[in-house]
Amino acid sequence: MNTIDHHWQRFTLKQKLSRYAVYLVLIIAFVQSIKSVEVIPEFLLDAPEQMADMFARMWPIDFAYYPVAVHDAMIETLNIATLGTLITLIFAIPLALMNASNIVNSAWCHWISRFFLVSSRSVNSLVWALLFVSIFGPGVIAGVLAIAFRSIGFVGKLLGEAIEEVNMGSIEALKATGASWLSILLKGYWPQVLPAFFSIVLFRWDINVRESAVLGLVGAGGIGVVLDDSMNLFQWDRVAMSLLAIFAVVIIAEIVVVNIRKRLI
Amino acid sequence: MAGINSPQNRENPFKQNWFVTAIWLIVIGYVVYSFQAMGLSWERFNDGLGHASNLLGRMVPPNFSRWSLLLSGLIESLEIAIISSIFGIFFSLFLGLFAARNLMPTWVSTPVRMLIALCRTFHPVIIAILFVKSVGFGALAGILTLIVASIGFIAKLFAEAIEEISLKQVEAIRATGAGFTSIILFSVMPQVFSRFIGFSTYQLDSNLRNSTMVGIVGAGGLGGTLFSAFQRFDYDFVAAILIIIIALIMFGEFLSNIVRRIFR
Repeated sequence: MNTIDHHWQRFTLKQKLSRYAVYLVLIIAFVQSIKSVEVIPEFLLDAPEQMADMFARMWPIDFAYYPVAVHDAMIETLNIATLGTLITLIFAIPLALMNASNIVNSAWCHWISRFFLVSSRSVNSLVWALLFVSIFGPGVIAGVLAIAFRSIGFVGKLLGEAIEEVNMGSIEALKATGASWLSILLKGYWPQVLPAFFSIVLFRWDINVRESAVLGLVGAGGIGVVLDDSMNLFQWDRVAMSLLAIFAVVIIAEIVVVNIRKRLI
Repeated sequence: MAGINSPQNRENPFKQNWFVTAIWLIVIGYVVYSFQAMGLSWERFNDGLGHASNLLGRMVPPNFSRWSLLLSGLIESLEIAIISSIFGIFFSLFLGLFAARNLMPTWVSTPVRMLIALCRTFHPVIIAILFVKSVGFGALAGILTLIVASIGFIAKLFAEAIEEISLKQVEAIRATGAGFTSIILFSVMPQVFSRFIGFSTYQLDSNLRNSTMVGIVGAGGLGGTLFSAFQRFDYDFVAAILIIIIALIMFGEFLSNIVRRIFR
């Protein structure tokens, strides 16, 4: 027994080889991308100057513009985010129930729900907004629906996972009393997923506040419209005002969400 | 025998939770208010549904005839995603380390944490606008945008992962007289490496998604192609692009699952 000579290795040969393969592929992809991507070096050299120019134009910030347009647009943005998050629930809860293997035990249902969840997540909220703008015309309704459709995947997936993690003991107890399907759902599952539900919804709301701020760039209402207008008119001091408002609201939203989540959990 | 037959003293296990009821009432009130405040109405929605069927009718069948345009946009998106992920992860490694409060003094970690928070507050599209202004249209603006977005997301998660490590191993390595780099490499990294890989693959995924979007404001990639197709009402080409984007993202998720399994 020559245990002392035995060379300890953390990973098996197969693990090592597969890891090196991943690194190799990554490096090849990186080098290939660097080589073929179209970057104009003059633009890169020019960047600091342009950046300085932009910030110089932004200063001083046009605070007088806040009551004129920014305030109403900001309220609208918050409304889009909140209403969008609420509308998501109408679609996300059924899909989450379909996706949870302890509620619906059918591979077909899982595939269908997963298809909807993945497509909702794959399409970016701006792309959803473009679609809805071409359907409903420019305005708030497109923004609300874009936020709602984009959030379905996120909320549905996380809620489905939360439902799968419930303690089945109380569900069985309810079943033993002969409770109906609906009461099992409402009195057995719902109280157990309630904290997770609120924390997922709040988290998504926080993300949606950020996202709804940019939807206006494609005409879907909110502060983005104001931002886009001032940018097209090269009024960079007003752009700075809008950016400052977005910054403040995002920070406040995050603080609110973090505090409520702390209480919930 | 009183225990079985006297339900009157027992508390209802399903009693009304007034706090939760109040929340639901507030939510309902809010929905009514916001519908009115934003002028949403059923007629408008109903109107739109007619347009929707029209739009969907024009989207089918998807038109792949301009596949070369599609392919060049796709490749540019991929390049943006790969380059920005690698740079983003590289910077995040250092920033995450500097932001970890258990390894760094406060005067280092606080400013770094603020920088990371700043990267995270703005939506990538807003950052993309600023970069398009400063470095011009094209892939470079997209790459820089997604680097910033990656830093905002994974540097924070890296820092949190590092803050959760067990300090005993750090102490053990330190007791051997190892320098700072060795401490990081041999005591901190092994504990957090698999989680780093998880975050990184997630970020690669999300950069892939975002790289198809930054083009909308002119920062290169498939988003630009998509936006111009929308503006020219080429809805069949839009459908083709959307299918390609969804396929790309599903493929990316498939790949990152493989990578995650290898590094588990």
